[in-house]
Amino acid sequence: MAEAQQQTGKPQLRTRIQAYGINHLHVFFSSLGRIWRAPFASLMTASVIGIALALPAGFYTLLQNLQQLSGGWDGAARISLYLHNNVSLSQAEKFAKQLNTTPQIEKVRVIDKDAALEEFKALSGFGDALDALDSNPLPMVIVVTPVVDTENPQRVENLVEELANRPEVELVQLDLQWVKRLYTIMNLVQRGLIVIAGMLALAVILVIGNTIRLDIQNRHSEIQVNKLIGATNAFIRRPFLYTGFWYGLFGGLTACVLVVTALSLLQGPAKRLAGLYDSGFRVVNLGFGNSILLIAIAILLGYLGSWLAVGRHLRDIEPG
Amino acid sequence: MLQFTNICKRYPSGQEALANITFKMPTGSMAFLTGHSGAGKSTFLKLITVIEKSTRGQLIVNGVNVSRIARWRIPYLRRQIGVIFQDHQLLYDRTVFDNVALPLVIAGYRHREIGRRVRAALDKVSLLHKERAYPITLSGGEQQRVGIARAVVNKPALLLADEPTGNLDPELSREIMALFQAFNQVGVTVLVATHDIDLINTLPYPKLTLKNGCLAYNGFAEGRHYG
Ligand SMILES: Nc1ncnc2c1ncn2[C@@H]1O[C@H](COP(=O)(O)OP(=O)(O)OP(=O)(O)O)[C@@H](O)[C@H]1O
Ligand SMILES: [Mg+2]
Repeated sequence: MAEAQQQTGKPQLRTRIQAYGINHLHVFFSSLGRIWRAPFASLMTASVIGIALALPAGFYTLLQNLQQLSGGWDGAARISLYLHNNVSLSQAEKFAKQLNTTPQIEKVRVIDKDAALEEFKALSGFGDALDALDSNPLPMVIVVTPVVDTENPQRVENLVEELANRPEVELVQLDLQWVKRLYTIMNLVQRGLIVIAGMLALAVILVIGNTIRLDIQNRHSEIQVNKLIGATNAFIRRPFLYTGFWYGLFGGLTACVLVVTALSLLQGPAKRLAGLYDSGFRVVNLGFGNSILLIAIAILLGYLGSWLAVGRHLRDIEPG
Repeated sequence: MLQFTNICKRYPSGQEALANITFKMPTGSMAFLTGHSGAGKSTFLKLITVIEKSTRGQLIVNGVNVSRIARWRIPYLRRQIGVIFQDHQLLYDRTVFDNVALPLVIAGYRHREIGRRVRAALDKVSLLHKERAYPITLSGGEQQRVGIARAVVNKPALLLADEPTGNLDPELSREIMALFQAFNQVGVTVLVATHDIDLINTLPYPKLTLKNGCLAYNGFAEGRHYG
């Protein structure tokens, strides 16, 4: 028996650790080979994962673009100065000229109250009713375009305050309302996107989990034989975890390709549109960092999905 | 090597497969386990590899109390035991070489060492020329020999065989028994379950006879000293 004991001596710890690494490497590539050998089914799985991930990633990138866009429009805020009723057109024009020399102001436009009334009559259809009035109820308005200063939005507010203190001015209105509204809407959309992304991530986990479950079923006898001859659970789990990794990787790559392609298709029309509005806006694509992030998330989800499936189903397979 | 103390096994179905088995098998010995079909031979062997757990009694395998073994230790126990299964349990999508290599891969041997040992094991069962074949292309006897090669490739201290000659002709059966004798001669403890009475009566090893789950005859308790 002494001889047999000697013969059964396990491999040395160092060679075992080396072999462990080699086994990992081997399983890493053989699980890839297994995916490769069923290209159609694997492609389907990867596509489902890719689409599920491309949706939130694509919308997120679009949202970022919108934020950039609204940031650009922020500077285009206009300030309307409603002047006192007794201010005449010539006085208003003088005031406007004076304002135009202020460095914080880029452009000034005077809206003559008589001209405004004529226009309103023509457009509103209240012509006769307005004729009944003996004096023009509209005020003289000066529209001020402040100098764009995205780094210091406070300056616009200061300007508004300064203008409000002028004796000619009755009321100042800063047209920032819509920007605020847009921000609120985008915040809402962003939150909705997080919820959708969470649900789609769950879907990815379930898809991968289900694929791995089928894989486990197909390899039922192999698992059983491995258990019979002394494989640890970690050894049996390994190929399935790596399969999840590969599905995640391919799904993530698919998602990247989909998002980048879709946004590239948008780039041309968006540029033309921006040209019409004299804006320097251009669609920013997914980018390298975000692509890596997307792929990393996909791999994580793939691993998680297979981990859950393996934990759930390997226990059921016991030799006997 | 093996020590059964009042072992009982009742399957969840209520079937009483083994009742109150007590016996001791010394390290380095060889024995035959016989009995009619359904006597409990396979169950007996399954208890040793913890494929099934005894419902009562104490079972010690190679110094390990198997009756209360922790789940995570079971794989390491199984690696010390080579098992030849009644139904081969080969992987039909792998070559003969890969089948035999499996225990070594699991135990973490290196590539070169695996190749050397697998070829040595296949050589012992005279199947070296079939290493690239798939088990499905082999005859029943050849598949059985692949199973034997896999069972001994890791040089286990204990070798269990369940009907290893089940459907082989007498000539092949004798060859396979001779293989087991050779393993026993280099120190491996060997226990073979079979109902091939004619064959084992020609061989000088103790018998254990099961009858309806009871140990009806214990060759180790009969005075003669084996091992
Ligand atoms: N998994 C199981 N569940 C329930 N009963 C079982 C199970 N396995 C075996 N049995 C029963 O236990 C008894 C012993 O079976 P076992 O397989 O150990 O017999 P055996 O001696 O190996 O027979 P054979 O020579 O036909 O292989 C039989 O009555 C069988 O029906
Ligand atoms: Mg049996």
